[in-house]
Amino acid sequence: MLTALKRSFKGGVHPPENKKYTESKAIEEIPLPEKVIIPLQQHIGKPSKAIVEKGAEVKAGDPISEAGGFVSVPCHASISGTVKSIEPHIHPLGEKIPSVIIESNGEDQISDNITFNSDYMSLSGEEMKNLIYGAGIAGMGGATFPTHVKLSPPPEKKINTVILNGAECEPYLTSDHRLMLENTEEIIEGFRIIMKILDVKRGIIGIENNKPDSIKKMEDISAKFPEISVVSLNVKYPQGAEKQLIYALTKRKVPAGKLPMEVGCIVQNVGTAKAVYDAVAYKRPLIDRIVTVAGCVTYQKNLKVRIGTPLQHLIDYCGGFEGSPKKIIMGGPMMGLALHSLDTPVIKGTSGILMLRDDQVSAVKTTACLNCGKCVEICPMNLMPNIIAGFAKYERWDDAKDAFALDCIECGCCSYICPAKITLVQNIKYAKFKIMEDSK
Amino acid sequence: MEDKEITQEIISVSSAPHIRGEDSTQRIMFSVVIALIPALLGSVYFFGTRALWLTFLAVITAVATEWVIQKLRKVEVTVSDGSAIVTGILLAFNLPGGVPWWLPVIGSFFAIAIGKQAFGGLGFNPMNPALLGRAFLLASWPVHMTTGWTAPLYGTKSGISTVTEATPLAALKDAIKYLNVEDKAQQSAETIAAIKGSYGNLLWGKVGGCIGETSVIFILIGALYLLYKGYINYRIPLSYIGTVALFTWIFGGVEGYFSGDPVFHVLAGGLILGAFFMATDMVTSPSSIKGQWVFGIGCGVITVIIRLVGGYPEGVSYSILLMNLTTPLLDRYLKHKPFGS
Ligand code: SF4
Ligand code: SF4
Repeated sequence: MLTALKRSFKGGVHPPENKKYTESKAIEEIPLPEKVIIPLQQHIGKPSKAIVEKGAEVKAGDPISEAGGFVSVPCHASISGTVKSIEPHIHPLGEKIPSVIIESNGEDQISDNITFNSDYMSLSGEEMKNLIYGAGIAGMGGATFPTHVKLSPPPEKKINTVILNGAECEPYLTSDHRLMLENTEEIIEGFRIIMKILDVKRGIIGIENNKPDSIKKMEDISAKFPEISVVSLNVKYPQGAEKQLIYALTKRKVPAGKLPMEVGCIVQNVGTAKAVYDAVAYKRPLIDRIVTVAGCVTYQKNLKVRIGTPLQHLIDYCGGFEGSPKKIIMGGPMMGLALHSLDTPVIKGTSGILMLRDDQVSAVKTTACLNCGKCVEICPMNLMPNIIAGFAKYERWDDAKDAFALDCIECGCCSYICPAKITLVQNIKYAKFKIMEDSK
Repeated sequence: MEDKEITQEIISVSSAPHIRGEDSTQRIMFSVVIALIPALLGSVYFFGTRALWLTFLAVITAVATEWVIQKLRKVEVTVSDGSAIVTGILLAFNLPGGVPWWLPVIGSFFAIAIGKQAFGGLGFNPMNPALLGRAFLLASWPVHMTTGWTAPLYGTKSGISTVTEATPLAALKDAIKYLNVEDKAQQSAETIAAIKGSYGNLLWGKVGGCIGETSVIFILIGALYLLYKGYINYRIPLSYIGTVALFTWIFGGVEGYFSGDPVFHVLAGGLILGAFFMATDMVTSPSSIKGQWVFGIGCGVITVIIRLVGGYPEGVSYSILLMNLTTPLLDRYLKHKPFGS
């Protein structure tokens, strides 16, 4: 075991962890909501296409849409009941997108397709991959890239290392932490399935050392598989970013503009591994996930939530607001999305819901850039955020591109550290958008 | 659905990150003020309350000038960010103890009005305002600025046992100059031989010079605090001081190459103050990491050229001002390569 080694990456920041509020809260299953809203797009890629109609009766786990292409995944009913409508509905990204709205019949009938196959490890890689595809799994760390696509590297890319991402470097979030503690066996089995699909003999699980109990448990359970090692990482944000995690664990540098497979690595999140296990061993689609609810609610919790559950339901279950939130964030405070509607549904990539008060989010006054170089020093991609944002300010998109704007991973470290409180990452994201638009 | 739609007034949907670090412009500037306090105490100890008085005048003028100009420009008044206080202190620190009281007043006014506000305020000034103010004073009142030296209360002006009437760098410069002049040759040789004995005085600050630059120890205490806080980094001071040490060692001696006294050159004059508190000025030094190294080396080279070849005994201020002008270019052309390339 490599836990004795202290590892990390270059750059990064140390925001207050604030995990203490929920890290000891065991996962609770939240009662079923009256309705779920299942957006047809919860993943990166093409939207899925509805295959049910208004009025259809569905059980939890029944498919309600089919993938819209290779880089796409199907969606499933997460509760049993009636399809009330298929209509544009508010999505965490802030826009309305076509969604299937299902009204619960209160019975929680489970799809007949879900059956246990004790011999799942003898399935072929291809069969496993089909089950994963059919289960609608998209990366559950938040990036929501379709998992079957990630598990299908082109043959010329030799993959030799699979990395399981248990870093959970965002402040407040503890859903992966709890999952690693409470569903350790499933995660390890899911990881073994992923390794089998990719035909890889080396698996590394990276966990930040603020979760010693998870590290211990994962080590204990994986001890009988010599091909799997657990590595403890020094706490630093954004440790869970793919390129940074790969570097911290293997010292391999993914070339700029390239994917991890370039250096023989594939990274999967621990939640995804659990979903993979469910899909392959049970034919169980991705219909629920663990969500940390933290901030100004009466009870901060880790919840097992059906996909499509509206935010309001989570907040009610947690005893309602305590004080008034200034910001409601889906995901972590560094990269999460600010929401404006409590009718927004939990989706496959929702790792947490944070309700932050005025004093917990910093609404701050921006002053002129001091050229202090702090942002430059901590950028994990070794960019010069001040320069790129400066070009963006004057709409010099070509210059922004020459300053490598496209290599930005949007981690937000630069905005976090900036003493002048400049909205660097926001400006850089806009520059990226403009550069992409120009190149079309 | 409608009733759950929260209105924009109550919640904010501004984009990530939703939390920010604790450092602010104000916090940094006041930390610099705190870091300058040991050196200020040192200057009062060595040059008496006059040092405090000159510093006070410079600070008050700097703050008042900034306030008035921002009022006149009808822009937000930002004197509370502390940057004018820093400029005032540094300007005073760069004056000889014997200057008349109105000199820091004029210097500070120039530093803030022309050096900073004329360009648009903090963040837009191309050169260090305090050094620009000092350069202005040197050009306008050269006699005050070059002969206003006072001896420290507990020592001699030069700190070198054989000389009493010049600051350390000037004493050395003269000694080297007159080494081959008949009637002064002997005394010059003695001076050069004696400079090793002055290290202690230089380190402690028992020598003549600008009021805030003489005490290496006190300046370093403040510098260490800023390094610890992460408000300055080691690159510029290290490359600057290292370059000065290297080149004065190679070229600074009278017995051919590698006969110079790098320790003396590092400790004497304004190098330590300049390297830690002025070359590191965020606004006017590069943010590119490579740029910071080049900047420090550039400051070092120019300082050495002025000290060894130029007409002035000291070149710290001018070297930093000149390198300030290269900052935008260094940031632009010493680009960073993204991780993985
Ligand atoms: S520039 Fe991009 S990668 Fe660098 S710190 Fe900012 S958000 Fe992160
Ligand atoms: S951290 Fe902010 S103030 Fe400092 S260089 Fe970057 S953008 Fe400018």
